[in-house]
Amino acid sequence: MITLTVNGTTHQVDADPDTPLLWVLRDHLAITSVKYTCGIGECGVCTVLIDGAARRSCVVPVAEAAGHAVTTIEGLADDHPVKVAWIDRQVPQCGYCQPGIMLQAVDLLTRVPQPSTEQINTAMNDVLCRCGSHPRIRQAIRQAAEMNAKKGG
Amino acid sequence: MSSEMTRRSFLKTGSLVLAASAVTGPTTLFNVSPAQGAATLPFKPHAFLEIGADETVTVWVGQTDLGQGTHTGLAMVIADELDAAWDRVQVKMALAAEPFKDPQWHAQLTGGSSSFRHRWDLLRTVGAAARQMLLAAAADQWSIPVEQCVAREGKVLHPDGRSLSYGQLAAAAGGRPVPAQPPLKAAKDYRIMGTPRSRLDIPDKVRGKAVYGLDFTLPGMCVAVVARPPRFGATLTGYNAEAAMQIKGVVRVVPLDGRVAVCAETTHAALQGRIALQAEWSAGSHPDLNDDSIERLFAAGLKQPGALAKSSGDPRQALAVAVQRVERSYRLPYLSHAQVEPINCTAQVEAERCRIWAPTQGQTATQLTAARLTGLPPDKVEVMTLPAGGGFGLRGEQDAVIDAVLLARAVGRPVKVVWSREDDFAHGYFRPAQHARIHAGLDRDGQVTAWSHTVAAPSVMSRLMPQAVQNGIDPDAVNGIVDMPYLFPNLSVHYVPVDLPIPVGWWRSVGYSANVFTVESCMDELAHAAGRDPLQFRLAHMAGDSRPFALLTLLAERGGWDAPLPAGRARGVALTSCFESFAAHLAEVSVDGRGVITVHRMVCALDCGTAIYPDAIRAQAEAGVVMGLSTALHERVRFANGGVQTANYDTYPLLTMAEVPEIEVILAKNTGKAGGVGEPVFPSVAPAVANAVFRATGVRLRDLPFRRELLTQKAG
Repeated sequence: MITLTVNGTTHQVDADPDTPLLWVLRDHLAITSVKYTCGIGECGVCTVLIDGAARRSCVVPVAEAAGHAVTTIEGLADDHPVKVAWIDRQVPQCGYCQPGIMLQAVDLLTRVPQPSTEQINTAMNDVLCRCGSHPRIRQAIRQAAEMNAKKGG
Repeated sequence: MSSEMTRRSFLKTGSLVLAASAVTGPTTLFNVSPAQGAATLPFKPHAFLEIGADETVTVWVGQTDLGQGTHTGLAMVIADELDAAWDRVQVKMALAAEPFKDPQWHAQLTGGSSSFRHRWDLLRTVGAAARQMLLAAAADQWSIPVEQCVAREGKVLHPDGRSLSYGQLAAAAGGRPVPAQPPLKAAKDYRIMGTPRSRLDIPDKVRGKAVYGLDFTLPGMCVAVVARPPRFGATLTGYNAEAAMQIKGVVRVVPLDGRVAVCAETTHAALQGRIALQAEWSAGSHPDLNDDSIERLFAAGLKQPGALAKSSGDPRQALAVAVQRVERSYRLPYLSHAQVEPINCTAQVEAERCRIWAPTQGQTATQLTAARLTGLPPDKVEVMTLPAGGGFGLRGEQDAVIDAVLLARAVGRPVKVVWSREDDFAHGYFRPAQHARIHAGLDRDGQVTAWSHTVAAPSVMSRLMPQAVQNGIDPDAVNGIVDMPYLFPNLSVHYVPVDLPIPVGWWRSVGYSANVFTVESCMDELAHAAGRDPLQFRLAHMAGDSRPFALLTLLAERGGWDAPLPAGRARGVALTSCFESFAAHLAEVSVDGRGVITVHRMVCALDCGTAIYPDAIRAQAEAGVVMGLSTALHERVRFANGGVQTANYDTYPLLTMAEVPEIEVILAKNTGKAGGVGEPVFPSVAPAVANAVFRATGVRLRDLPFRRELLTQKAG
């Protein structure tokens, strides 16, 4: 049994320690907002936060996540600036990649509260969206940063 | 949206429910309200429009949500003609059914940018008919002439200021006959179409609540992955079922025809089980097939005369007397859809019923596939369409449906078939590669007098719609050439089929995705040869009162075609005409000393008729630029040792955030019939960039993806 804390709730999971966190979240805990796309840590669609840092859950063995705080998109409040900005800017098309991309954006904004366009491009360069929502992702990150600044002020 | 879609008992007392059918001829509307004894009607759960006593307006849709915003857009058209209160409108995905078949194609499918252009009258008529019925019901109640009643925002207004809500009127309206030809609004009276609206599906997608095909589960379900031939024509020679069964969670190993499935309690167990199988395969039918041998086959194909797809005038004679002749060849690769959600399908097979849950783009094909396999009549196959993580044409294919049905029957449990990313690349139905040659002639005035175009490419239609292939011509393979927007006095178009075992299929904008690149590149070469401005050169070959002429003019004005440029930058232009719409792209680029192309700015001008849902259209136009640049700079499926070599995104890179330029979208004002959007916004992106690179460097890029080494050599 592995003890896993996801969005503040602790679960006991009967899974092989090598099982990728992705499949434990999806198949054992039914948290299907965490998406499978490449399985090799290439596309970022399965991104979750582990202790606040963006990680590709398809290449993180579940044992490695044990004892750490795992956050998925459900773990962000509905009024979280990133969620609000994503709706305001009408970012998603098919939407499949967006939970992972939003969590990567949360990671960026935690490290760099007011990112420049270059910093956004760099931080978001390795997440994949086939629909082409990129221009709106950039706009939404800028909006979320502004919302954070106002809140902080 | 999806959680409720199997709910059959939605016909609540006191509601007005309309269904529409256009499958067997002109649009016919049916009143299926409870007051009309709807229970006996066969399409009861598939009404287009339901107005409940609780004021809720439900629009049932049959089109797949692939991220285009179509669901919201369909509701906007109906709600506008209905004069509904938009905040009471909801959209639900219906079970696959007769009323949702495409009025022109007689099959339920989402493709060809057809959702609106094939339903423009149908959707408006549904809303307008319900509105008339509500007005008549109110007039009855007030005993005044219907002409004195006005519909507004979900209410009917009495001249004296009283009003009745649609919910209050629904039951009475449900008892009335349906007007056959209700008056439709003039464009100036639209209150919902053409206005900013939020997409109804986005909140669930942002909150992680949307259930895509891959997320779907049923009680008692198992997950299956299938070992499929790694090379074309390879046969299964051995596998270790026992080893697979040793993996914890593996339930069954099921041999199928030429492939073998591992069914397990979890996805990970199924994937591990497949590895443990160690399936062995023969060398296949084309063991020597690789990128080089494929290249040689296409080159040989282009030397064939081919079948004549279109001819006008005498291009041979016109070429002979031309003042200048330009002969150019172009090469385009196989492309993968690379949609983020891998192919999947869930099936449950019972004695009298088969149920399918899939992000399918082809509901009728899915229904017929399951019916054929189970022996059930098609109406005993329930197809529940789930939101798709992208599609771009691939999700009309039925491989996973076949496996899910076969396995659900074999295992006696519901089965979800899941493809890995590697499966998706290895067993795709690719956008066909092609080689093309254009031989064109110019007269003394720099006008094109002859255009002779040969395409060597595999045929998609031979597999998907063989009846459409006539006299050796696959119509998809030559679209964008036979119907190009330019007027040439002498034209010939030839098609040479290239026969390879590589499966090909529909991919965003189909033949236009390739042919617009060659046409628009060559037009640019001719403009240069004639010493004329590329945009003016295009205008000079179109009727001055045509839509593409107006659109290019709009792009030039609003996009700043003639505006001053920073040093080192250049602009290129290209034009698309397809699916009853026109798109024109302007690219602004620079090329550095290492041959790296930077696209600084892209402008897309689009004339898609009435712009029903401007923000979703803009999103599609942005998406078209991103995908267009991705194919221009990066995308190519590679082949080796008789199979697909490309295995994952690490060897099929897509455009990255840093490469996405500033994108401007200009929507042409047009109140005519709604045209396509998702596909027209793609094809002219790559040629606009190639044309800009030529103006920046003097190097003409005639192959996709662009060969950077050509620019390096120039720079070095």
